[in-house]
Amino acid sequence: MTKNNSRRDFLKSTALSAGGLILGFNWFGQEASAATVVKEMANEAGGTAFNAFLSIQTNGIVTIFSPNPEIGQGIKTAFPIIVAEELDVDWVNVKVVQAPLDTKKFERQVAGGSGSIPHSWQRLRKAGATARQMLIEAAAKRWGVSTSECSTEKSFVVHTASGKKVGYGELATEAAKLTPPTDVKLKDKKDFKLIGSTVKGVDNHGVLTGKPLFGLDFYREGMKFAMIQRPPAFGMKLKSFDASAAKASASGIEVVSFKDKVAIVGKSTWEVKKARDLVKIEWEKAATLESSDDHNRIFKELLDGKTEIRRKDGDVETAFKDAAKIVEAEYQCPFLPHNPMEPMNFFAHVREDGVELVGPTQTPQNAQNQTAKLLNIPAEKVTVELTKMGGGFGRRLGTDYVLEAAELSSIIKAPVKVMWTREDDMSGGSYRPAVRYRFRAALDKQGNMIGYTLRGAGINAGNSTRQDNFPAGAVPNLLIDSAEHKSPITTGPWRAPITNFLAFAEQSFIDEVATAAGKDAVQFRLELLEKAKTAPTGEIKYNIDRMKAVIELAAEKSGWGKKKKGVSLGFSVYFSHASYVAQVAEVVMKKGKPVLQKIYAAVDCGVVVNQSGARNQVMGGIVDGIGHAMYGNMTFRDGTPDQKNFNAFRLIKMNEIPAIEVSFVDNGIDPTGLGEPALPPTGGSVANAIFKATGKRLRNQPFIEEDQKLFESVS
Amino acid sequence: MANYNLKINGKTLKTEASPDTPLLWVLRDNLGLVGTKYGCGMAQCGACTVHINGEATRSCVLPVSAVADATITTIEGLSEKGDHPVQKAWDAIDVPQCGYCQAGQIMTAAAFLKKNAKPNLEEIEAAMAGNICRCGTYHRIKEAVQLAASQMQK
Repeated sequence: MTKNNSRRDFLKSTALSAGGLILGFNWFGQEASAATVVKEMANEAGGTAFNAFLSIQTNGIVTIFSPNPEIGQGIKTAFPIIVAEELDVDWVNVKVVQAPLDTKKFERQVAGGSGSIPHSWQRLRKAGATARQMLIEAAAKRWGVSTSECSTEKSFVVHTASGKKVGYGELATEAAKLTPPTDVKLKDKKDFKLIGSTVKGVDNHGVLTGKPLFGLDFYREGMKFAMIQRPPAFGMKLKSFDASAAKASASGIEVVSFKDKVAIVGKSTWEVKKARDLVKIEWEKAATLESSDDHNRIFKELLDGKTEIRRKDGDVETAFKDAAKIVEAEYQCPFLPHNPMEPMNFFAHVREDGVELVGPTQTPQNAQNQTAKLLNIPAEKVTVELTKMGGGFGRRLGTDYVLEAAELSSIIKAPVKVMWTREDDMSGGSYRPAVRYRFRAALDKQGNMIGYTLRGAGINAGNSTRQDNFPAGAVPNLLIDSAEHKSPITTGPWRAPITNFLAFAEQSFIDEVATAAGKDAVQFRLELLEKAKTAPTGEIKYNIDRMKAVIELAAEKSGWGKKKKGVSLGFSVYFSHASYVAQVAEVVMKKGKPVLQKIYAAVDCGVVVNQSGARNQVMGGIVDGIGHAMYGNMTFRDGTPDQKNFNAFRLIKMNEIPAIEVSFVDNGIDPTGLGEPALPPTGGSVANAIFKATGKRLRNQPFIEEDQKLFESVS
Repeated sequence: MANYNLKINGKTLKTEASPDTPLLWVLRDNLGLVGTKYGCGMAQCGACTVHINGEATRSCVLPVSAVADATITTIEGLSEKGDHPVQKAWDAIDVPQCGYCQAGQIMTAAAFLKKNAKPNLEEIEAAMAGNICRCGTYHRIKEAVQLAASQMQK
C-alpha cells in the first residue's frame, strides 16, 4: 500500500491535560481523494474491497467498516447509514464491522467534540457513491449499454429500458477491477431514503443478549488480571509498600510498582482485588493537599485578582458608569467525575516484536503514539483494537489507563488486563473542572443591555470562558476574561467541555438581566440577536439566523407566551459543537415543591442522519444535563474526593426524569454532531423555570445542595 | 477454594472458586458469561443483575457459596435466541446507547414483569429505579417495559 500523506490524520496536539484543550485539535485533516483510496484498496485486497469503508461479497453482503470509536453516541450505526445511502444498498444486506486503528486508511479515528459526523460526512458519501458508480459501470459493460441508462435500487443495478437487473454481489468482482471514477455524483439530499429514517443500533442484538462487546469483556488465554493502587490523594506519592501478605493470599499474585503506583497482578479479578487490600502502602505528601474549602477561597482570590483578557469590545467602564441599572451575579459548579458505567480498563500485551492494545478508548491514535513513546518503539509496532465502550463522556480521551496497562505488561512480560474498580474510577481524576463565574450587565433606561462582563475562575480549567459565545456581538461594550488555579487535582474534557456548566451560568444570567429589564426571556434574546444582525459589535461566531430559528421553534412547540395554569416555563438556548439547541422547561408546584414536568428541545444539527439515534442523543444529553445540574457533586478533603461510589455520588434515576419532546429544524444543511450539544442548555432552562415557579434563583450546582429544602420532595 | 456445580441457564456448570467470590466474577472470569456487567461492586447500579430462583438479584455482592444450589439465570440464558419479549421490546424501541447497563435493566424488567403482568407507570418506575443508565435512556427503557408488558399479555 502506498503512503499518501494527504489522507493522514493530522493531530496537531495530543495534550489533553486540562479542560478545553480538546478544541486545540486539528481534527479536520485534508480530504481524502476517494479515487486514490479505492484504487489502493482494490489492489491491496484483490477484487472485492472497494475502499477503506466498505467491501462487497459475492453473496451481496456489504461490509461497512466503521472507523470511529463507539461510546454510545451511535456512530457505528450513523457512519454506515451515510455510506449505504450513497451506495444504494438495502440496509438488510449491510454488515457493520468496527475497524481497528489504521492511520493509513482512516482519518480522525476519534470520538470527541461531536465532530465525527461533520468531519466524515462528505468522505463517507463519496466512498459509497464511488463504489455505486463502479457497480453501474460493471453492469453497463456486461449489458453493452451506456451507464447513463442504468440506475440503482436497493442493492441492484437496473437497466430501465430493458428491465434487466443484476445484484451488487454478482457485480462486485468485476466492478472492483475498474478504474475508480474521479468525479462522483452525490445524491440530491431530497432523494435520501436511509438518511433521515429510523435505523436501530447495529449492536442491539449483541447488547441485548450479553455478547462480549466491551473492553471489560475482553479475555485472552493466558491473560493476567491486574488492579493498581494509585495515590489516595491528589498531591501524594508513594513512599514504600509491603506486599508479603498480598503475595501469600493466592497463588500467582505478583506486586510491582511504577510511577508512584502499586500494581497487583493475579489470576482472577476477585483474587487480585482481595490481594490489593492486603498490600500495606505508605504514602507521603508531595504537593498541597487541597480541600473544597480551599477552592472556595481560591475562587474569590482569582475573581478579584489578575486575569487574562479573552475578548474586549467597546468601553465597558463607561457603559457601567452610564447604566440606569446594573445586574451582578456569581455562579459556581463543582468538579464532576465522568462515571461511564464501564470503568476504565485496557488490555496490553508487550512482546519483543510489538505491542497489542485492546480496549475502550476515544483516541486510539493517541493511545498508539503515547504507548510507542513510553516504550521507546516506533508507532507502527503498536496495534490498537477498538472495543465497544460502556460510555466515555470524555474520560477516555485520556490515555493514562492505556499507558498503565502497557507499562505493566512490559514490566511483568505478560498479557494483562488492568481493571479499575468504581472507586478507582471515581477517585482517579481527570474530572470536569470546578469553576466560578462572575457576571455583570449594564442596562440603559429602556432596558437595553449596553454593557456585559464575564469573568471565569477555574481550577485547572484553562480558559473557562467561551468569549465569542452569545451575547458577544450583540452588546456594544463587553469584556470577557478568566483566571486559573493550577491544582494537583487532575481535570479533563467532560461531555461538552466548559460549556456543560458555562451554558447554565450564561443562560441563567441572561434570564436575570431580562427580568431586571422587565422583558420576556424569549423576546430579550431575540432583540439581542437582532442587534447582532443589524449593529454587530466585533466578530460573531454563531449563526444568528440558525439560533433564532431554534428559539422560535422551541417557543412555538412549548406554547411560550400562552398562559398554562400552574405551569412555569424557563427558556435557554445554546450554540456548541456546531449545533444549536433551544429548550423550554416546564415546572409545576406539587406539595409546595417545584417538579420538572417536561422539556421541549428544538435542535438544529443540520441533516438528521438517524432519527432514532439523534433523538436518543438529545434525550440522553438532556437527562445527563438535568442529573448533573440537580445532583452531581464531588467535594474534596485533603486531596481526596469525598464521593467514591454511587452510594455517595448521586446519578439521576428513572423516576427523576421529565417528559422530553424533541423537534429538529429541517434545513438541509450538512450535519453537525449531537453527542454533546443537547446537554449545555439544560441547566439553564431548568433553573429559569424553577425561578419562575418559586422566585428562587439557583446559581450553584448541584441545585439539590444549594437549597435542599426547596427540593425535599422532588426525588 | 471450593468446587461448585452451579445451575446456570439450564445447565450445570462446574467451577472452582473461593467461597467469598461474588457470583459476578465467577460468571465473568470463570465461566465466560460476560453479559453480566460490573458497575459499582456494591449493589448500587444494577448492571450486574441476574435472576436467582427467579428473583432479580445483584450478583456483585452475592458470594458464590450462597447460590451453590440456586437456579441462576443470566442475560445469556434469558431466552434461547434473544427473543424474550423484554429483549424484543428493547430492540423495537431501540433503547441502547452505550449498552453497558442494558443487560441489567433487562434482567430487572423481566423478573418484574413476571410478577406484575399489568404494571402502571409508577410501578415500572419503582421497579427500575435501582438500575442506573449513565447515557440517560430512561424514557426508552420505560417505553420498552410497557411494550413488553403489552406483548406478554397477548
